[in-house]
Amino acid sequence: MQTANLLPLVLVLAVVAYGLAYMRSRAVAAPLGGIRNLKALPFYYAARAALWCAIPALIVLAAWAGFEGKVIQGIVIASLPQDVWPESAGEASLILSQISNVAAGKLNPEFVPEHIVGAASVLETMDDQSENFKAALVLLVAVSGAAFAWTRVSPHINARINVETTLRRIFFVCAALAVLTTAGIVFSVILETIRFFGRVPISDFLFSTSWSPQTALRADQVGSEGAFGVIPLFTGTLLISAIALLVAVPVGLLSAIYLSEYASRRVRSSAKPLLEMLAGIPTVVYGFFAALTVAPFIRELAETVGLEASSQSALAAGLVMGIMIVPFVSSLSDDVINAVPQSMRDGSLALGATQSETMKKVIFPAALPGIIGGILLAASRAIGETMIVVMAAGLAANLTANPLESVTTVTVQIATLLVGDQEFDSAKTLSAFALGMLLFIVTLLLNVVALKIVRKYREQYD
Amino acid sequence: MTDQRSQAEIVRNSLKRRYRKERRFRMYGMLAIFIALASLAILFADIITKGHTGFVKTTITLDVTLDSDMMYLDDPSDEDQLSMADFVAPLIAALQEHIPEADSAAEKRELGRLIGSYGASEVRNLLKDNPDLLNTTQTIEFLAHDRVSTYVKHADNPRYSVKLSEQQQRWVDELQEKGVIDTSFNDVLFSRGDSREPANAGILGAIVGSLLTMVVTLVIAFPVGIAAAVYLEEFAPQNKITDFIEVNINNLAAVPSIIFGLLGLAVFIGLFGMPRSVPVVGGMVLALMTLPTIIISGRAAIKSVPPSIREAAEGVGASKMQVVLHHVIPLAMPGMLTGSIIGMAQALGETAPLLLIGMVAFIVDVPGGFFDSATVLPVQIYLWASSSEQGFIELASAGIMVLLTFMITMNALAIWLRKRLERRW
Amino acid sequence: MNTMNPTVTSEAAMPEEKIVSVKEERPAETVIEEGKTVGHPLSDDPKFKLRNVEVFYGEDRAIKNISLDIGRNEVIAFIGPSGCGKSTFLRCLNRMNDSIDICRVKGQLAIDDHDIYDPKRDVVELRARVGMVFQKPNPFPKSIYDNVAYGPRIHGLANRKSDLDDIVESSLRKAGLWDEAKDRLDAIATGMSGGQQQRLCIARAIAVSPEVILMDEPCSALDPIATAKVEELIAEMSESYTIVIVTHSMQQAARVSHRTAYFHLGHLVEVNETDKVFTSPEHELTESYITGRFG
Repeated sequence: MQTANLLPLVLVLAVVAYGLAYMRSRAVAAPLGGIRNLKALPFYYAARAALWCAIPALIVLAAWAGFEGKVIQGIVIASLPQDVWPESAGEASLILSQISNVAAGKLNPEFVPEHIVGAASVLETMDDQSENFKAALVLLVAVSGAAFAWTRVSPHINARINVETTLRRIFFVCAALAVLTTAGIVFSVILETIRFFGRVPISDFLFSTSWSPQTALRADQVGSEGAFGVIPLFTGTLLISAIALLVAVPVGLLSAIYLSEYASRRVRSSAKPLLEMLAGIPTVVYGFFAALTVAPFIRELAETVGLEASSQSALAAGLVMGIMIVPFVSSLSDDVINAVPQSMRDGSLALGATQSETMKKVIFPAALPGIIGGILLAASRAIGETMIVVMAAGLAANLTANPLESVTTVTVQIATLLVGDQEFDSAKTLSAFALGMLLFIVTLLLNVVALKIVRKYREQYD
Repeated sequence: MTDQRSQAEIVRNSLKRRYRKERRFRMYGMLAIFIALASLAILFADIITKGHTGFVKTTITLDVTLDSDMMYLDDPSDEDQLSMADFVAPLIAALQEHIPEADSAAEKRELGRLIGSYGASEVRNLLKDNPDLLNTTQTIEFLAHDRVSTYVKHADNPRYSVKLSEQQQRWVDELQEKGVIDTSFNDVLFSRGDSREPANAGILGAIVGSLLTMVVTLVIAFPVGIAAAVYLEEFAPQNKITDFIEVNINNLAAVPSIIFGLLGLAVFIGLFGMPRSVPVVGGMVLALMTLPTIIISGRAAIKSVPPSIREAAEGVGASKMQVVLHHVIPLAMPGMLTGSIIGMAQALGETAPLLLIGMVAFIVDVPGGFFDSATVLPVQIYLWASSSEQGFIELASAGIMVLLTFMITMNALAIWLRKRLERRW
Repeated sequence: MNTMNPTVTSEAAMPEEKIVSVKEERPAETVIEEGKTVGHPLSDDPKFKLRNVEVFYGEDRAIKNISLDIGRNEVIAFIGPSGCGKSTFLRCLNRMNDSIDICRVKGQLAIDDHDIYDPKRDVVELRARVGMVFQKPNPFPKSIYDNVAYGPRIHGLANRKSDLDDIVESSLRKAGLWDEAKDRLDAIATGMSGGQQQRLCIARAIAVSPEVILMDEPCSALDPIATAKVEELIAEMSESYTIVIVTHSMQQAARVSHRTAYFHLGHLVEVNETDKVFTSPEHELTESYITGRFG
């Protein structure tokens, strides 16, 4: 039975368990003189039965569904004759996709070797058996859980405490999912990164100035090694992020100042949501705008003043990314500027300072730590931004500081290396995870530092 | 009081200079706002000018005589004959009625280039379904060839290269005057999946894919996010574990989205062996990405429930869990919903992580379930925008307009909900 | 030109509105006749001439038709129960109310016969002449020196560093803070005690040599010793400055001021020599207040 069908079935069983336990608790209570004599309301006995029915069954279902694919694949591969066992993960995935295509009827069995057809039938039977076993096991667990709870409907047991404890544990697990996600991220990048460093020395990765991950198809081809120096990617990322911040910081900061200190309420109430709209626009839209409107425009503009600009200039991507993070900078600056107490403003104004003098000499210095924290957060966002650079920055890893040239970034490389058909286990694919790890570490550091600064700043005025 | 007098004098003299500075500072602020808002306006204007033609299709309507000799077709129910028949010939003949000047074989061929494959398949399907129509005259409406469509919609736009000969252009003009070639609302866009031909490509597949993905995201992220928020605000003890969870949530909120794609690729696809390109995996990845947003806004909403309500409920003997379930969550629900809708809108526009888990494949069929290969709206836009064909650029802009409409609607809904339901204490 | 806030306009030229008496603010049986102030609200040598002043917060009338003179080099105390409008009225004198969007001021307010709320009037110049000290000490998070030097710097009062040093020293001396602060002028001001901070704020105010100093409950956040020091300071300063002080403490008003004005629910009920107000008040509301029947 399909997971998709099993899931509702388990829920139906839980509802049934709820109903039965509810009736039983009333039946138990009746001879005692009503539900007042139970330790808990019938609702709690019923809810406990539903939980006992659904939770163990769902755990079994999730575990089975999570690992059945891998297990079946392993069995199918093992069923192949020894002489055709795949030597690498790449080969294995190729064979597996052949097998599954034959099994699904997409590939004519006449075109493939005998052992593949055999394996395909193994796959089919395994799939069927797995479905059946899974359904049987899940239903068994569900029914026995419900039955157990049913026997425990008793006036001496406080079901409310059981239910509340379980709920509280479920809530905890949900909160802890954040930790699990972080662990998952670390796990997914670290394993592959270690394998990558088994092939490419870490010093080459960090200090080499050349990046061309194209591993050759034939081993004897020239330059088959590929070069994995991250420096040009990093300078490219920094160049584009720097351009973005050069746009976003002044524009964002000054708009925040204008809106909070000068603008009339009417202007503020209409300009603020419009600014926030910039933050809500999907990045793919910005990428589209950068690649198809801004980049050609910059190229033409550069040509008219006699400069040569690439059609995928760093400037185009940086400018548009800057516009994207303007609302981010402005809302963070707005927060920290408003956190400066009004008494500071009054003190300065009462001395006859103009508003701009108050802003520049009193409020801005006081808010500076918070603003720096905000800028760091914006920088981390710029470094991690993907779609704009994928669409508007190039693929060529140029080591340059010229904003009119094309550069590539860490995120662009991750996306290009992993999109489409991958050669599993090649240095090229693994390098994407190493880049991911680098990106994760850098943005994490920026975030931790920035959040610390901002928090410290907030405490100062709390 | 000479001191005060002279000081006052100095102040007065400095005023002009200081006010100039004041005005300049104010100007900078206005300039900043102007730059930001002008960028927004230019962005929208650019997309609308590029994309409005995406909502228009070019059709040809002809009275076609379905002559069996012309098509080499006697029996439309015979598959073999159907596959061999020439369905373009009657269309060319019908076109010739309107352009009598084109009578040489070469000119007929030129005329045939205006029709493209859509007309032929239209005729084929018609005859296949209704074999009786053979040798009758039918009014048939079909999509014009992309070349014609480009000429009709963008003749004066230098960005588009018109691939019709002078003669063909004249014919198309003439046919347009006669109403044979006409433009109308592009229902194809909303009724089909992707295609290799711009005129035949639609975003229905991507919309359905987005919908399926969002359902998965919502089903996972909303309950989990609310539960996590409730735990952290109401039950979490003050200890290291709680601190650690909080630090994790705050950091996850700022982790670049593409990293979540790596997570999905390595864990869901690599470790659990789940299929690529499917809404379930996409939805799970986006759920993990959206969770911090929902948790953070959920906590804010719970915080805004005044303690007096809690105390009142505890005062009549409710347990902590009852207080939370009966009072805190219902009262905080509007705020939680608002935050969740905003989080979902973000997820709807997210592209990068979905590229990594393979939702970027070329998929013609509209997905029918959570385990079908699918793509989503932003990825479809990315695919079309990366195409070299101008026809797809126009579709990408049209897709952006559809995507932005969805997002603006969701955000408006969130604002409305907040205004409508949120209580002020 | 007034760049500070265009929403506040002087409406002195507008015809006087006939205002019907407002009944909801009259809980006591004593009748306050609007615009009628007992005692001596006028002065022979006025620094401020304030006539028919009204202040609105949106629709609410916070100040109701007050007329008052404040004499040159006089110390005048504003007293009255909370919410009676004394702070609002004080903030009209250097237009600190400008920064509140919904606040409007009507009537004639003049300093040295120049209209304070003239749209052409310059608030910066006005505030350089009319300094202010706030309820809570609000030193900037800068060094002690920079706090005092802030005003002279923005107004360009010192040409050389040595001039600035002189201004800082003399201001701190006048504020009685020099001995405590001279060795740590570079220390951050927020590290000082509350009383020192408040005296620093006074030093900061007098560094620009204002003619008038407005004090909005300057001692309410201070302990008795710090309060005594500030009061001493006020007494010394009264020789060269006009001082308007809002206070909750009747003892303080009695100790420092020449004249005392009693506010009640936005009305100015009585103005008299301080001794007279505290010994034989003319109006029965004043009497109830100083004898502690409400407040």
